[in-house]
Parts: sequence; C-alpha cells; structure tokens
Amino acid sequence: MTAAADPARAAMLARIQNALGRGAPSEEQRRRVLQRCAAPSANLIPARGRENDRIAQFIAEAERVNATTERLAGWSAVPAAVAETLAAAGLPPRLRMVDDARLASLAWPAGLAVATGKSVDGDRASLAIAFAGIAETGTVMLLSSPSSPATLNFLPEMHIVILPEAVIVGAYEDAWANLRAALGVGVMPRVVNWITGPSRTADIEQTLLLGAHGPRLLHILLLAEA
Amino acid sequence: MQSKAHTFTANARAALADEPLQAALARFQGGFPVKRRAAIDRLPEFDALRDAGKAIKDATLANLDIYLEQFEAKVIAAGGHVHWCEDADAARQTVIDLCREAGAKTITKAKSMIGEEIAINEALAAAGFTPIETDLGEYIIQLRDEAPSHIIVPAVHLSKEQVAESFRAHHRDLPAERPLSEPQAMLDEARAILRQAFLTADVGITGANMLIAETGSTVLVTNEGNADLTQTLPRMQIVIASIEKVVPTLEDAATVLRLLARSATGQELSVYTTFTTGPKRGDDLDGPAAFHVILLDNGRSRMLGGPFAEMLRCIRCGACLNHCPVYSAVGGHAYGWVYPGPMGSVLTPNLIGLAGTSDLPNASTLCGRCEEVCPMRIPLPRMLRQLRQDAFASGGGPKPMRAGLAAWAFVAGRPWLYRLATGLGVRILGLLGRRHGRFRRLPGASGWTAVRDLPAPAGRTFQALWTERNGARR
Repeated sequence: MTAAADPARAAMLARIQNALGRGAPSEEQRRRVLQRCAAPSANLIPARGRENDRIAQFIAEAERVNATTERLAGWSAVPAAVAETLAAAGLPPRLRMVDDARLASLAWPAGLAVATGKSVDGDRASLAIAFAGIAETGTVMLLSSPSSPATLNFLPEMHIVILPEAVIVGAYEDAWANLRAALGVGVMPRVVNWITGPSRTADIEQTLLLGAHGPRLLHILLLAEA
Repeated sequence: MQSKAHTFTANARAALADEPLQAALARFQGGFPVKRRAAIDRLPEFDALRDAGKAIKDATLANLDIYLEQFEAKVIAAGGHVHWCEDADAARQTVIDLCREAGAKTITKAKSMIGEEIAINEALAAAGFTPIETDLGEYIIQLRDEAPSHIIVPAVHLSKEQVAESFRAHHRDLPAERPLSEPQAMLDEARAILRQAFLTADVGITGANMLIAETGSTVLVTNEGNADLTQTLPRMQIVIASIEKVVPTLEDAATVLRLLARSATGQELSVYTTFTTGPKRGDDLDGPAAFHVILLDNGRSRMLGGPFAEMLRCIRCGACLNHCPVYSAVGGHAYGWVYPGPMGSVLTPNLIGLAGTSDLPNASTLCGRCEEVCPMRIPLPRMLRQLRQDAFASGGGPKPMRAGLAAWAFVAGRPWLYRLATGLGVRILGLLGRRHGRFRRLPGASGWTAVRDLPAPAGRTFQALWTERNGARR
C-alpha cells in the first residue's frame, strides 16, 4: 500500500496534528523542524567524555564491566595474543574472524585454524575490529558489513575485539561524528553495535551471571599502531 | 491481556498474603535504587542530562507527525517497511499477516512491553505459530503462562526454586538427576534450549527503545544479547514500537541512553546497544532479508493534546517502580494489566480507559519519589491526582468512598461548620484517649486500627493553635 492511500496512517497523523492544534505542516515548517536532523548537534556532553587520558579511561571502564584488555604494540602481535587468549580460556584453537586485509596478511600460527564468513553454531571464538572505542563507558563500536557480519559479535562464547588506540574517542557524540565523516550524514551501516562488557543476566533472583546468550568473555586488544 | 485492575484491592490483599511473593519482593528491594544512586554519583551532570532528555522528548512530541514521517521515509530508503497501526487489533493482524507471508513456524521474540500491550504471543499461538520468548526472565514467565511483574525484570516475583520447577515441568529432555538448584545451572539449561530456537526461527520480533528520525534506525538495548540473535538470524525481522519512541538524531539517542540504564539497573550503559537500519544489504552474509516496523498508536495520539501528554516522555526504565512503596509491597501483578507501578497507574487508565482501572491512581501514597527519580521528569503524582479527580467526576469509585468524600466536601466548604466539627471531634477524642494516648480500636476507623494504633489528638485543632500563635505574634 502506498503511504498516501493508507487510511490508518492518515488517521494517526490527523489525530496527532489535531492534538498539536494545527493541520498538516507546511513545507516550510517541515524543513525548519527537520533542520535538526539535517545538521545534528550534540546536547550536553558530560565531563567524563572529555578526559585527557582516554586510553586509561577506556581500559578502566571496560574492566569495570568485566571485559578484559591487553595492550599490544601492533598488528603483528595479534596472532600470538589471540592464540594465548584461547588457550588460557581452555578453548580449542579455532577462530572465526572478520575478512580484513590487515588480518589476512598476518602470520597465523600453524596450530590455529582461522576462517572468515558469518558465524555459525559451534563457533567458540571470534575476532573483530572495532570502528571506535568510547572511553566514557568502555564501549566498543562495531559496524556490520559483508566482511564484518554481526553474528560474529553474538554467537561465539569468546569475542575478541581489536581496538587501535587511535580510534578511541571520549564520548558517544565523537563516535557519531567519526561515523558521519566516514559514511555521510544520515547514512548508517545495517547494524551498529555498541558493546559494553560481556553478555549477562540477573533475571533469576538478581544473581549476576555472565554469558547469557551472547559471549561470556569479551577480550579487547588495544593496538598502539594505527 | 484481560485487565484485572478492577479487582486491585483484592489483588493487593492476596499479594500481601503471598509468602513466596513477599520473599521475592524483599530480595528485590533496595538493589536497583542503591545501584542507581552509585551510578548517578559517578555522573555529576545527571540532573542536567535529565533536563536535556526532557527537552529532547518535548521537542519531538511538539512535531511528532513530522518526525514519524521522516523516520518512515528513512526506513523505506534503507529497504524496510513501515506499518501504521491504530490499535492493538491492527498491530496483531499486521504481525500475523507478515509471519504468514514469511511462511513462518517458529518465531523468536525479544522482550517488548508493546508485545505485552498487544498480547502478541497469544495472538500468534492462536494463529498456529510458535512464539518463543528469548530474554531469560520472559522465557521463564512464558513457561509459567504468567505476565511480567516488572517492566525490565519480568520474573522478579519468582524464586530460583520456582524457576527450577518450571524448567523440570517443560524441558522433557532434562534428566531428573541433573542438579538445577543454582541460577548458573538454570542459565546453562535455558541457553542451550534457546540457542536451538535462535537457529531455527523464521521470524524475529523485537521491540525498540527508540526510533531515530535522522537515520531510520531502531535502537534496542539488552544485557543478554538475545535481541541481537533474535533480529540477526531469522529471515524476517519485525520491530514493534509505539509512536512516542521516536527521537530526532543519533546525538539525541546518546543523551537518552546516558539516562536509561543508569535509571533502570544502575549500569552506566546496557551491555548491548544496537542501532539497526533496514534489512540485510547486497553482499551481507547475515541479517534478515525483510525488515518491518510496526508503529502503534493505541491511544497515544489522544494523550498528546491533553493533561497526560508528558507521560509520552516515558522511556520505560522502571525507576518509578523500583522506588515505589506500593509496588514494593504488592509487586507488579496486583496492578492487573501490562504496566505496573506509578507509570502504569497513569498509563493504564489512559490506554484502556478509567472505567475498571480507577483503583490504580489511588494505589499511591503520593510520596513523590517516582517524580524525584524519573529521568524524564514526568510529574507522576500530579497525573495520579488528576486521574482521581477524573474518576470522581465521572462517578467512579465505591459508594461508601463517594459518600464520605461528599460529606467531607460539604463540611470543608463551610468554614464555620468545619471548625465546629473538627473542634468537637478533636476535643472528644482527646478526652477519650487521654489515658493511653492512642486508640487500639475506634468505631468507624477499623480500616486504620486493624493494622496500627490511632494516635489520640492533643485536644485542640491545628487551626486553633495557629490562630493563637499568630495572634500572640501580632
């Protein structure tokens, strides 16, 4: 059904306009109101989104919510760090990772089976690359794409996220500004995931348990190299 | 869901006598308020953020039609569909038609209060589908065929023993000798069962915490990750959201998110905050092929122009429930419909009518804590008082109460009579109660004295003392 021919839509809009004490808005009214969407601006940003040492703040906030972190010099240190993380958690040496040239060119240890593609049942660990880290709450921001399927963030027990220190921002608003700089105003990837610690529930007698449906472990590799 | 709000008094009495429920409420009490306090102490700008949040919602509601149309245009541009539904019937029918179109059998669901409001699970089951709730708390109450008793922790009224019992009753492959006494064992069991549901579902239904006009995105927060599996794995996603959920921009959403989790659970941010824009794109390897948003009105456009318009700022954090002495005493089910606590006592009469729900605005001490903690600064006590007036004006309420109020109004409207009556009453009660200073029993006041003593008045009225004091000053 086209929008114009939908009687329910027309009735709902008319009731809203009636309640607002005006008829359908003029083009001029509409344009003025939607200026807010065309040129978005930040509301109040709290001081904790403007701290000087964003890296230290990010690590502290992420660890408060049960994520683990590790600082590495650069990309070449990733394979060994991943292998050790899996071994330490008692997970088999198998990894589902995003399809990225920076990862493909690395020297992966012979004993570690790496695969790309979407995540499937039975995947125990995954490796993704964050678009941004948000220091105010220790949040990693991931974007879905053909090379970075969203299932990697949710199906496996262990989620390992690479976060170049250069993309750590202070506040949520900074992350949105960087996303618009990359994609344009009003354009979104299919899914943007903000992830703040591993999955949890407290639905049974308020007992906090990690690993409800999503990953039980969230390990963040901070890279000094961009 | 058939409302049982008209029997609130009986519901409340039963709840007070329900020992497992009282134990569960005692366990619950204090937890969230303490965590909320701690989270706010770490964010000095919290009150200023409340002002910002209120301003965002007020600005959006003042041009709600424009923002909804903009949201719709962006969803369509991203390849999705928007369905405008005037009431619960229309929303249910639309969801059922979409599920048929998808050739669905199994439908996973992520917790949604709009889903409860339109009773979507019952409708889907009646139409031959198998809806499965995936939030752990919702899953538990679905097994027990119960309604949520709290808007963010739906199974808060249950003990772990009751949960274990439900799992044993419904999970046929669960060996009797497997221990199931601790929450971890129950979570492992539920995770295994629900993982299969996620993988086999044809349609995923979620709610939305917000809709963003700028981008056509729906925003959903969870701690478990169940909503993300619900929306990513099936071939169709249906988002059910009410019209007041729209905000203009990503920045506006960020401001509201700074308030939401802190007010709800005392977390700084929920674990998963997901912004979804349209269906799977060209070369995507996962995600639903079809993406539908149901925009539900169900009485909200009527509220917009009236004395309850500010209620449409509500972000469903549950802070007013967590801080309410009445909710803490009787739990959520006593309220009789979908939304309990102070927010529910305002919303329910507005959505399903004041007839049969007029006990709800009276189920409040008007202590004001709900308004104090509301992140959107909704004047809940004022609205509860307004509803009491509306109920009285429309002839609602029990006869003895109406007669009592009429008698009181008659006396209070005549100052000489009021002074005479209160002066006499206070003097007589003061004399009678002189010995003990309180009454164990008093004719006509058994409702009070059944559970506590009534202090005896000192023998003179407040007005008399006031006049004397002011006269002395002059």
